[in-house]
Amino acid sequence: MTRTNRPLHLAVALDGAGWHPTAWRLPSARPRDLLSAGYWVDLVRRAEEGLLDLVTFEDGLSLQSTSRTGPDHRTDEVRGRLDAVLVAARVAPVTSRIGLVPTATVTHTEPFHVSKAIATLDFVSQGRGGWRPQVSARPEEVAHFGRREAWGDVLGDPDDPATEALVRDLFEEAGDAVEVVRRLWDSWEDDAEIRDVATGRFVDRDKLHYIDFSGRSFSVRGPSITPRPPQGQPVVVALAHAEVPRTFAARSADVVLITPRDNATATAQVDEIVAARRAAGREGTDHVFGDLVVLLDDDQARADARWAQLEAWAGRPYTSDAEVYVGTPQGLADLLLARAEAGLTGFRLRPTALPQDLDAVVDGLVPELQRRGAFRTAYDDGTLRDRLGLERPTNRYATTGAH
Amino acid sequence: MTGSTAGRPRKQVHLAAHFPGVNNTTVWSDPAAGSHIELESFRHLAQTAERGLFDFFFLAEGLRLREQGGQIYDLDVVGRPDTFTVLAALAAVTERLGLAGTISSTFNEPYEVARQFATLDHLSAGRAAWNVVTSWDAFTGENFRRGGFLPKDERYSRAQHFLDTAFELFDSWRGDEIVADQETGEFLLRPEVGTFAHHDQHFDISGGFTTPRSPQGRPVIFQAGDSEEGREFAAATADAIFTRHGTYDAGRAFYSDVKGRLEKYGRRPDQLVVLPASTFALGDTDADAEELAREVRFQQVSPATAIKLAEQLWNTDLSDLDPDGPPPSFDPVVSDELISLGRASVRMHKDPVATARAWRARAEAEHLSLRELIVETTNRQNFVGSARTIAEQIDHFVQEDVCDGFILVPHVTPGGLDRFVDEVVPLLQERGSFRTAYEGTTLRDHLGLHPLPVPSGATAEVGG
Repeated sequence: MTRTNRPLHLAVALDGAGWHPTAWRLPSARPRDLLSAGYWVDLVRRAEEGLLDLVTFEDGLSLQSTSRTGPDHRTDEVRGRLDAVLVAARVAPVTSRIGLVPTATVTHTEPFHVSKAIATLDFVSQGRGGWRPQVSARPEEVAHFGRREAWGDVLGDPDDPATEALVRDLFEEAGDAVEVVRRLWDSWEDDAEIRDVATGRFVDRDKLHYIDFSGRSFSVRGPSITPRPPQGQPVVVALAHAEVPRTFAARSADVVLITPRDNATATAQVDEIVAARRAAGREGTDHVFGDLVVLLDDDQARADARWAQLEAWAGRPYTSDAEVYVGTPQGLADLLLARAEAGLTGFRLRPTALPQDLDAVVDGLVPELQRRGAFRTAYDDGTLRDRLGLERPTNRYATTGAH
Repeated sequence: MTGSTAGRPRKQVHLAAHFPGVNNTTVWSDPAAGSHIELESFRHLAQTAERGLFDFFFLAEGLRLREQGGQIYDLDVVGRPDTFTVLAALAAVTERLGLAGTISSTFNEPYEVARQFATLDHLSAGRAAWNVVTSWDAFTGENFRRGGFLPKDERYSRAQHFLDTAFELFDSWRGDEIVADQETGEFLLRPEVGTFAHHDQHFDISGGFTTPRSPQGRPVIFQAGDSEEGREFAAATADAIFTRHGTYDAGRAFYSDVKGRLEKYGRRPDQLVVLPASTFALGDTDADAEELAREVRFQQVSPATAIKLAEQLWNTDLSDLDPDGPPPSFDPVVSDELISLGRASVRMHKDPVATARAWRARAEAEHLSLRELIVETTNRQNFVGSARTIAEQIDHFVQEDVCDGFILVPHVTPGGLDRFVDEVVPLLQERGSFRTAYEGTTLRDHLGLHPLPVPSGATAEVGG
């Protein structure tokens, strides 16, 4: 079965001045604007000019760090960031088509707050909202909240069995958090608001539902304070670069992001996700996207030179969980179409430098894919779910059935 | 004709717009009433307020749907958005208007709330405000990990410590750290940024804060409680106080009380802005307005609502009662078990037996049905009249130190402020009591609050 005739879905991952730690030093960068609304609006509008499916916004409940276990006190990289959900909400009214998928950590936060925030993002964007749930295993984030038992520095040693147990626990809790958020989104039926002047009733309370979730680390009663959002279920996107997160993502997400470096790995991971999804009783045509770090320039030599400059500034080689592509839009198009053969339905590109590599995606990669019939040439109307070919789900609590 | 306090320059009126809430004061049955959840409604009210040069837009918070008699309360507006998310979206469609929201200190953690407010202040270029409330009940707690564990006597203590902790987080960046020198490769001026450590009986946290200092330094702080502790809390910490004392005598007494508390905290009277929440009925003439006011109050108290409001006082099921008949002949059920849950106003009936007796006596004397009685005893609009009458009253109250201005609560969403802005604001401007253009860009500017000093530095620079 070949899938190359099916148009790809494309997402871009926005983070600071880009994914390379010294990208902020490029002349095209805007390192003093990273905390301004205008910077984010400009980036997302640019992505929308490229007809992209969605953008994600990175976040975290600690300062950026090169260390897995704590702050690194570096002064030569971007430090400091804004809350991603609010950045997405700030961008929503001044964009119209592109999906907005902020990261929100589940480990230290309240699922009730996350649920109503993402539902509200879906309202203010008229059906373009999504969420990337993120697990935090960082010890310093425990200290920022002071609510959990500290888990020491086990993460410093990935071979320690305690590390694996902790990671499993955290992802299990994340599964509970997504379940609660999803139930809360469904806790209002679509037609619960009746405004019946004759009886004086604003809602039909038989269409509001307690979710009565009881899990190992929390219980939530419901219903949500916020009505069911336009998409019913905003799009849940989860990054999965190891077995435990892949199981979580397969069960909980609509779009799973994976990080294979070759087609054989991609095929194996897609199969694993499909199997895990089936085992969890989930149906539908959900997505598996490949994640890549990309640096694009007009020719290979210029791309290589820019990459070399970034690496020289950094003084150490860049490492990533994802494959790194440095080259031309044509070369990247070749790579994406080849990878898609493995069963990937789309890609999330992590621009090495912002806005430069986002511009190159929009001005170079997108036209190249369009020429090959592999990417849309205009946005259709509709929600983010529509764009991804995901049906608006039936409400799990609906008592009245389909009309 | 409005007498200013002798020798003092004319006070400027502060106005704000409260998005209509989920009480019976919001008339959702009006044919002009729009959505309470679509962005368009929030945008309309916010842009109207900005057209009227208001200080800020205000949005309350909901954390659990209200219940009465064991069922979800269905007679008022039900359903609210997330406060932060709506305010961030409104920052995109307004330019100067302050963006104020209620956020509970009970079902949140300081680290998360501080970064959300710092973010909102960045994304709005200095327009964020936080109305700090405590919501301690186990009923609301059922929606949260944390639950409803907080004993009543620890509420203010936790709120105060929560706010102190948030202030430490806001001040953990001085504002000069990001140099982003592309030539030298120096992004930060110093390696220790956002460092904080806070240890008390409520919060035991430390580390590094993610979000650099925002344009206002921190959001403007509102306080809404009215108790002794609440007033002291406001005097010590708040920039603005949100009060229910909107009548002349009660307002003057409250105003002089809270302003008098500032000195012991080393603060001047103009560092706490006093703003009652106020409703209005605006007509072509005073007589028209009176008629409109009465009509609106009957819309606000439908027959079904009359029964439910009576149940809140009597604290028992009155569903068999005729709203057009007399009030109940028996005394309220006095109990810690309340028929109504999730509603802050229920405890306003401090002595339900006495209140019920007074209501009964009035109903008998004036031949009022239960519904008429409730219309008469609740929801009387603060300002009723023509635009000229309302402008005069508002200005009079401000000049006479009843308050510094008003948070206006329209009864119809989202157009309930349109006429006020078109008709009353120009008259206040004519009187010299209201700005004719925004002079500053931040909410602190609008409220006449001075910029906050740059923190001396939780992270003292070596040799600095």
